[in-house]
Amino acid sequence: MAVETTRLLTTSKAISEAIAQEMERDPKVFVMGEDIGTYGGIFGATEGLLAKFGPERVMDTPISETAFIGAATGAALSGMRPIAELMFVDFFGVCMDQIYNHMAKIHYESGGNLNVPVVLTTAIGGGYGDAAQHSQTLYGMFAHLPGMKIVVPSTPYDAKGLMISAIRDDNPVVYMFHKGVMGLGWMTPNPRATAHVPEEPYTIPIGKADVKREGRDVTIVTLSLMVHRALDAADDLAKEGIEAEVLDLRSVVPLDREAIVSSVTKTHRLLVVDEDYRSFGLSGEVITTAIEGAFDRLDAPPARLAYPDVPIPYSRPLEQFCLPDRTKIATAVRQLMS
Amino acid sequence: MPSNETLRAMHHQMVRIRLFEETIQKAYFEGKTPAFDIAAGPIPGEMHLAAGQEPVAAGVCAHLRPSDAVTATHRPHHVALAHGMDMKKLAAEIFGKDTGLGHGKGGHMHLFDPATNFGCSGIIAEGMPTAVGHALAFKKQSRDDIAVSFFGEGAANQGAFHESLNLAALWKLGVVFVCEDNAWAISVPKDKATAIANNSDRASAYGMPGVLIPDNDPVAIYEAAGEAVARARRGGGPSLIEVKTDRLLGHFEGDPQLYRTPEEMALLKERDALRAFERRLIDAGALAATDAQAVWDAARAEVDAAIEFARSSPAPEPAAALQHVFA
Repeated sequence: MAVETTRLLTTSKAISEAIAQEMERDPKVFVMGEDIGTYGGIFGATEGLLAKFGPERVMDTPISETAFIGAATGAALSGMRPIAELMFVDFFGVCMDQIYNHMAKIHYESGGNLNVPVVLTTAIGGGYGDAAQHSQTLYGMFAHLPGMKIVVPSTPYDAKGLMISAIRDDNPVVYMFHKGVMGLGWMTPNPRATAHVPEEPYTIPIGKADVKREGRDVTIVTLSLMVHRALDAADDLAKEGIEAEVLDLRSVVPLDREAIVSSVTKTHRLLVVDEDYRSFGLSGEVITTAIEGAFDRLDAPPARLAYPDVPIPYSRPLEQFCLPDRTKIATAVRQLMS
Repeated sequence: MPSNETLRAMHHQMVRIRLFEETIQKAYFEGKTPAFDIAAGPIPGEMHLAAGQEPVAAGVCAHLRPSDAVTATHRPHHVALAHGMDMKKLAAEIFGKDTGLGHGKGGHMHLFDPATNFGCSGIIAEGMPTAVGHALAFKKQSRDDIAVSFFGEGAANQGAFHESLNLAALWKLGVVFVCEDNAWAISVPKDKATAIANNSDRASAYGMPGVLIPDNDPVAIYEAAGEAVARARRGGGPSLIEVKTDRLLGHFEGDPQLYRTPEEMALLKERDALRAFERRLIDAGALAATDAQAVWDAARAEVDAAIEFARSSPAPEPAAALQHVFA
């Protein structure tokens, strides 16, 4: 009988392990970004890589996102497989042209003749008082622009498998990690941010959602840190006899529409929980998908709990007022059920 | 001084570029007269032609091989052809045909050619970081290929210019930055946009050599590029070359050019670098007058064949628009 061993890793260590294993496998893979060397990435995604692979393959860059993200695209066109880190997704404003007009479009503009295998990693999310320019999620905005796959893992296991898939993918992949799922010692402890991660490399298909909790009464579609909040709310609801299914999208592009429709077809109710801005974004897309694919199976109008359309405020009561949380999710589900 | 053979090759290059673009210009206006409609005719959209700037492309690209990466701008044809892009595929892309470089998906500002490692960008200065990345890849792969980034003087006030020069110099990458200063950023003259007279001076701010070619002279461009390319190939890092060149036409076709005087236009036409270079080669005995005519005739035939290929090629299937978003 095989002995099952548990190997606990934080999400950030799962990510850096995935990168290290791919760098060992493929000499074309290298990493660049601000403070990704000695520091190991502000959120730990590249911890230990410099010591292992040296400064030629783990390159600290100047604060010059247009140059080094553009350079990632150029290097990819000439046969490399770069991983470039945009420290906070909020910083896209200084370099978006390189991301959406170049990295994302060259494959298409070339009529499929050129591939741009870049992984653009970036930290997302708030809840810790970092205010308007360091707390956004913005995956909906990136997803709106064609040509980039978008993955947003919520657990250490998914983080490793999705990173390996992202590196092996021949397309640009924007890999968005929420600071609150990384398992960092200097953030509010999150018990789900440390979990068993197999040592050997494995992949998780990009574009496949995952049922993180099965339930018959209502589907909560969510992603990233909000998966953890939804699971907490589901525990509370279970005590009241409401069994919520929590569907973790894991990827925004491609969106696993089949999984959304299939879960809603089963439960007949849908709540979308989204830390991104409410309007014109992911929550609307998920609800449209449910309506297009399962309109006649819905017992109640789909609902959403998302970030209100305001810049992210600094003061704790202001920020917490805006963020979806365990209590708000449970309340929204109860309303859906009544 | 380049050999006579090199001089003749550069002349040939400039002639075929000029004839190609003159022919594209004629085709562009088909269906667009008497009232100009940018969407009408066999070639829709904006059209930026490079007449007057051929010396830059010919002088620099004479030193390159197909595995060297080249990035160009919204005005890319002269550079693309000088770097060896297949003229037929270029023409077909401009006509939006399935046989074009990008099967009609890119168009004239978005040309990508794996055979010559060529790319361009319609966004001012934003082709430059890609060139830095090509050179970074070459360094990692221990190749002595280099990257050349062409851009206009208008680009030199963009952040991407400064970031690219800094990163290339910091990492000592084999990039040659070539500023085609045609004096006009659409309608805004350089002295109303740039605080200093010569962008080549900016090279020293990034610790790289900067060379100014003040007169669009193909030979001077060839010699400066030769040095910069050799430095890049031997791992000596990037250089900046600035050429004061001429934009003989509007920013785009259909540009009424109310911002330029008839005197300026006449002066530019008078000093057309291609005609001047040809006279110079003939006078110096590097090119026989009859051979010059043969060059024009051969280029005419090549261009006509390319345009005919483009015109007779099939259009893409409309639903192909949905392909090639992802590999």
